[in-house]
Amino acid sequence: MTGIPHLIRTQDNSFFFDAAAAGRLEIQRCVTCGALRHPPGPACPACRSFAWDTVVSSRLGTLHSWTVLHHPKDDAFTYPLGVALVDLEEGTRFVADMSGFDLDALEIGMEVEIGFGEHAHGEILPRVFPRGAAEGVATEAGGAQ
Amino acid sequence: MSGFARQTAIAGIGATDFSKDSGRSEWQLACEATLAALQDAQIGVEEVDGFALFTMETNPEIAVARALGIPELKFFSRIPHGGGGACAPVQQAALAVSSGVADVVVVYRAFNERSGHRFGAGPPPFAYTANTDQEYRNWINPYGLLTPAQQEAFLARRYMHEYGATSEDFGRISVLSRKHAAKNPKAWFYERPITLEDHQNSRMIADPMRLLDCCQESDGGVALVIVSAERARDLPHPPAIIAGAAQGVGPQQISMSSYYRDDIDAMPEVELVARQLWAQAGIRPDDVDAAILYDAFTPMVLLQLEEYGFCGRGEAPAFIRDGHLELDGRLPINTHGGQLGEGYIHGVNGIAEGVRLIRGTSVNQPGKQLDHVLVTGGSPVPHSAIVLATDH
Repeated sequence: MTGIPHLIRTQDNSFFFDAAAAGRLEIQRCVTCGALRHPPGPACPACRSFAWDTVVSSRLGTLHSWTVLHHPKDDAFTYPLGVALVDLEEGTRFVADMSGFDLDALEIGMEVEIGFGEHAHGEILPRVFPRGAAEGVATEAGGAQ
Repeated sequence: MSGFARQTAIAGIGATDFSKDSGRSEWQLACEATLAALQDAQIGVEEVDGFALFTMETNPEIAVARALGIPELKFFSRIPHGGGGACAPVQQAALAVSSGVADVVVVYRAFNERSGHRFGAGPPPFAYTANTDQEYRNWINPYGLLTPAQQEAFLARRYMHEYGATSEDFGRISVLSRKHAAKNPKAWFYERPITLEDHQNSRMIADPMRLLDCCQESDGGVALVIVSAERARDLPHPPAIIAGAAQGVGPQQISMSSYYRDDIDAMPEVELVARQLWAQAGIRPDDVDAAILYDAFTPMVLLQLEEYGFCGRGEAPAFIRDGHLELDGRLPINTHGGQLGEGYIHGVNGIAEGVRLIRGTSVNQPGKQLDHVLVTGGSPVPHSAIVLATDH
């Protein structure tokens, strides 16, 4: 049984989870000043506007930092588990688990790509893949590959 | 200098044994520690009129007041953010006493966090409550970052990358703590020192953090008694004057996961606390003679050395290698053995050690005169710390 808490969906963040389930990575954008922000929140920390929309991320980025987890283990994952802190091209950062990497060869600055996959409780959420190897990404028709 | 600085003192300290299975309730541990601290201060139980606590404490002040027959409480508060708030209740107590709201305020921390709910095993019970307080978990927990060690690993990795720090640099903190713990009969790791090789051979938990970079899970309780400096001078022990006490939240602060700042291995909330402490106490980092730095995980000790200005950015590894943290060094730290070696009572056992350093009664008392001792709370979360001073 997994110990991972269920997602806490709010009016501020549901867009993100809905987009991820459809294979898109979306970033919140202030309508007033244009600043991007992640994680989502109700107001823009730069100009305090409550007006926001979203942009679809290129899903391309580099490793800002990373860890490989060994212990304790949760049933939702197999270990050792790589987890990445990604600098997205758009300028925001994003955390997700890693798939398809040689965990002994991880380096800060390595080029990566965000895809999607099933996580605890059946949620489809972002996952970090080697550049060019992302899975679960939406096609132009809107569905996930 | 702030109005409350040097107006109050820690006059009593008390603790239970530190174990892996206390065999009694957390409630009893809180009561035992409170009575021991009052006994140490030679203050009557019925005189207690305030409690200051920090969250993740399972024993409410009214339960302890009821169990011990304390008739009236005029002041009670609880600071959020767990171990980050460890030193904030001392600030609360100092504010309450110096303003005349209360006269005798007790701070305690007591739990069975090894034999009861284990802190290092996964999210705490309150993590499963769907509210804004826990919403930050959306961005870490589903991806595997479930424990504090896992959540701090990004910072440690980035620090190594930026400054060339190594796992051995973290390990030297662990070795130092266990050396001090080995001489402390109250420490869980009494007479059990480790070598740097032991640290390097310990299993990886959350790369780059190894088992021996992580503190223990402990059962136990610690309590402190805060009164006016004036009253403390009439009590049996030399007062540990509260010369400074501060809290801090930095820009874009998130609990355990402020990953979206430019420099994730900097902790502006810690620097903010440092700045306040030096102003309140009228001192500079050079005036701090010893420190108890919150050591749930070794990399945070290095980052704190830098944020508090004991060395420059990226200089902590060399500062440690040069022996400055040893008992005869510039800044002896964690003389009780730290939470790595003595016990993990969320930093309150460190406050008690700070008081012993001021009294001159630590089992690892440095040879030099100690006028100012810094004690810090946890990071990377909203932070708190105090400066304790000798009474002159």
